[in-house]
Formats: sequence, C-alpha cells, structure tokens
Amino acid sequence: MPILQTPMDALRRRRRSPLPGLGLTLGVTVTFVTLIILLPLSGLAWQFAQLGWSDYLFVMSDPRTLASLRVTITAALLATVVNGIFGLLLAWVLVRYRFPGRAALDALVDLPFALPTSVAGIALVAVYAQDGWIGSLIEPLGLKIAYTWWGIVIAMTFTSVPFAVRAIQPLIEELDRREEDAATTLGASRWQTFRSITLPQLSPGILTGTGLSFVRSLGEFGAVIFIAGNLPYETEIASLLIVIRLDEFDYPAASAIAGTMLALSLIVLVVINILQTRLYRKLEGAA
Amino acid sequence: MRRTVLIALAILFAAIVIVLPVAAIFTRAFAEGLSVWAAAVTEPETVAAIRLTILTALIVLPVNIVFGLCAAWAIARYRFPGRRALLVLIEVPFAISPIVAGLCFLLIYGAYGPVGAALQPYGIQLMFNLIGIVLVSLFVTCPFVVREVLPVLSVTGEDEERAALTLGANGWQIFRFVTFPNITWALVYGAILATARAIGEFGAVSVVSGAIRGQTMTLPLQIELLYNDYNTTGAFAAATVLALLALLTLVLRGIISYFHPARGATA
Repeated sequence: MPILQTPMDALRRRRRSPLPGLGLTLGVTVTFVTLIILLPLSGLAWQFAQLGWSDYLFVMSDPRTLASLRVTITAALLATVVNGIFGLLLAWVLVRYRFPGRAALDALVDLPFALPTSVAGIALVAVYAQDGWIGSLIEPLGLKIAYTWWGIVIAMTFTSVPFAVRAIQPLIEELDRREEDAATTLGASRWQTFRSITLPQLSPGILTGTGLSFVRSLGEFGAVIFIAGNLPYETEIASLLIVIRLDEFDYPAASAIAGTMLALSLIVLVVINILQTRLYRKLEGAA
Repeated sequence: MRRTVLIALAILFAAIVIVLPVAAIFTRAFAEGLSVWAAAVTEPETVAAIRLTILTALIVLPVNIVFGLCAAWAIARYRFPGRRALLVLIEVPFAISPIVAGLCFLLIYGAYGPVGAALQPYGIQLMFNLIGIVLVSLFVTCPFVVREVLPVLSVTGEDEERAALTLGANGWQIFRFVTFPNITWALVYGAILATARAIGEFGAVSVVSGAIRGQTMTLPLQIELLYNDYNTTGAFAAATVLALLALLTLVLRGIISYFHPARGATA
C-alpha cells in the first residue's frame, strides 16, 4: 500500500524529531484510518462513480426522493432557526446570570448529546403523541405534532440544540463588557446595544452553532423515525428512504441519495468555514 | 425584570424540549410498577441485547484508546506530509450522518463490496454480525479520544519527553512516566465520550446489524424492535437503562471538568 510508505519515505529526508515511536504510532494510525474511515468512504465514492449521470438523475428525480429531501431540508431549517434563537438565549443566560439551578441547566444542555437517539425518539413520542403530556394538551385545539412534519422538527431541535448553545457560549464569555457599557453611556438603548455591539461579535459562534445544528438535523435518523409517521411523500426523511432502498437491495439508489446528502452536509460545512474566516477578519478589522 | 424573563424563558425551553422527554421515559417505564419494569429488563432478548451492547463497548474501548493515543502522539509530535489531511480525515465521522456511515460500510465490506466479496470464499463475513457492529461503532467513535488528547499533548510540548530521552529512558518509559500523567484526564474524558456513543449508536449500527432477534440486536436497536412490537413497557424499560447510562456520563463529565476545568469545553 503506497499510503503506508509515502509519509515515511518523505520523513527520512526531513529533520526528524528525536522522540521514538513515529513508525509505530503513525503505522497504527494510518492502518486504522485506512480501514475504518478511508476505505468505507471510497466505497461510497466508488458506487457513486459507477452510477453515471442518467442513473443519478433518474433516482433523484423520483417524486418520492424529492419529497423526502424537501421534508428533511425544510424541517432541518426550521429546527436550526429555533436552535439559533434558543441556543443564543440559553448560552446568554448561562454565561451572564447567576441563579439557583444554573449548573443543572448547564449540564442539561448536554443531555441530548448523551442520550441515545432511539431513546430520544420514543421519549419524544411519549410526550407529543395524543396520549402524551403535550400531545393531549394541544389535541383539543385541533393541533397534532407527533406523526406530522412538526414532529420531525421537534426531534431535530432536540438532538441538535447542544451544538448551538456550545458554539455560542465561549464567545459570550469573551465579550468585552466595556464596549456594551460605552454604548449605554452614549445613550444607546439595550436593544440598540445588543443589535449593534453584541450580536456582531457573537455572529461567528451563531454561524457555527446553527451550521452544525443544521448538518446534524439533516442526518438525524434515530430520534426522527419514531415521531415522524414515515408516510412517503409527507413525513418520510431522506435517511429513512436510504434505509428503505437498502432493504430493497437497491444499492445504487441508496448511494445516490446518500451521496447527495453527504455532499450537501460537506458544502454547508465548507461554507461555514469560509464565512467564519471572513467574519473574524471583519471583526478584527473593526477592532 | 429583563433578567428574570430571560432566565424563565431559557428554563422553560429546556424544561419542555429536554427535561420533559427524559421524564417521560421514566414515568412510562415505571407506570406499571417496579416488578413489571424488572421483568421487562430481564426479558431474555433484552438481556441478550444488553450483553451484545456491553461486548461491543468492551471491544471498541481499547481499540479507541490505542488508536487515539497513537494518532494524537504522531500528529502532535512529528511533522510529516499529509499530517493536516490526516487530521481532517479523523474528524470526518463527526460530519457524516449515521445512515450514510452504515451504508459506506455495507458498500465496501458487505457481500457485494470489493473487500467483502474478496473475503467471502474464505468464509469470512464482515457485515450483519458482531464484526460489522464493532466496525461501524469504531467509525462513529474514533474521533473522540484524539480530539481530547491532541490539544493537551500540543500544549504540554515535548521538552519533558526530550529530557527523559537524554536521561536514557526508552519509548515505553517516556510514555508511561512522562506523557501519560499529563494526558490521563483527557484520555479518560475522551474514552467516556466514545464509550457512551458506542453504547447508544443507533442509525449506523441498524444498517449493518442484520437485526437478527436475540443475536445481533444491540440495546438501542432492541428498543425500536420492542416499540414496533407494541411492547411499549418493554421499550421504555430498556430505554431507562440507556437513559441512566447517559445521565451517568453527564455526571462523570461534570466531575472531570470540575477537577480539570480545562476539560469539558468541547462537545
């Protein structure tokens, strides 16, 4: 395998660190990464390459595929907006205020990370189904959350809220409060101060938080399928359609949808990265 | 006034979105009493699922520790071509959704994939069994240890290790007596996160498990099975086991970040 050799060969020509263990640790690392990460990824790339444009377009133009993408993306967008707003609120409250139960609230934010997704899934159904605490409350009003598109949004919000909070929190901690005080002294209202002093400085964190939250929501499976209803064209998410195609041994179709979802996630991540760099440059320029 | 409103709103959101579902698990599981819960948890299929989940975690944990230490050491201590690419590759599992991850493994290690097909004549099957479950669990958990240990190694620097080398220590001695004490907590922290994730992984495992009752069902999969069988009490009882483990993870995290405040910043 050339991958195993090239870095080593090049190293011999370079200045070496005197510390022992390079061969062993790099060998283990490269072997592991090849078997567990690189090879599986190339499996998808290989299957994708074999598809050809016409096959790919055939799979992707299927109304059911398009509907599943629409359901997934719109739900993920709404969940991301909710998490952007409440993530900022939670992060702000956790950093700026001291109140009884603050430590508990801080720990609670990580609960969706720690809770296995299938557990989250049945728990959400238990709350939002017709016989659940919230489901039974809203039923007389003619509202339904479980087994509708709204259920998907709830599940995505639950699993991705920690991303938003944890990305924004450190930036609030680093805020220079003197700037806010200065703005207040100059007669700015609280809202003006927040709008034009605080928010711009938090924007990199909000961007990362919402971006990660969106990517996570796009790919969420376990928590969603229990509460979604999984009706084709209406409440079927893209990940579920991949599983269905796999069960039918339609590997090309599964790969086409999976490749599209993966590309979408990667594009979002790259765009965040680029915007992030620009934002920081702009903030540094302003300071 | 504004302060009170904001705090109240934050608590209300956390209560409705986060606390309520978790509370629902326990109320549902214990709704019919402790004995019904105990009977559900000790059901043979559920016990088999718990056993498989523990077995998977026990295999994945040491591999993760060895890989994590090797990768962090190699990346922190040496400069080599492809180092940045390696760093990015190790982070990739965090960016890939569970179902897509499982599919990737099927495509390469499954019976129709190049590696899977090549191994088949020798009677070796990698997917739809314990091996497949372990492989995808490694995929979804491998970034955790590296992510925690690498920053600590980079910050500590290698002066102490070089000094130990000059004094005649061999590689193992340097690691055991110089490096290890510096990274112990980061390692423990990363290992806890990785293990928690390995125990709870649902999507990726569901693709490659084959879902054979009593054999290749991990506990998160068993919950879905019970739930779809309309055995809700059984499903919620099994869910309490995982929910308790999740709460335990949070407590351990809290303890570690209390004693080592530098930790706990990353998700």
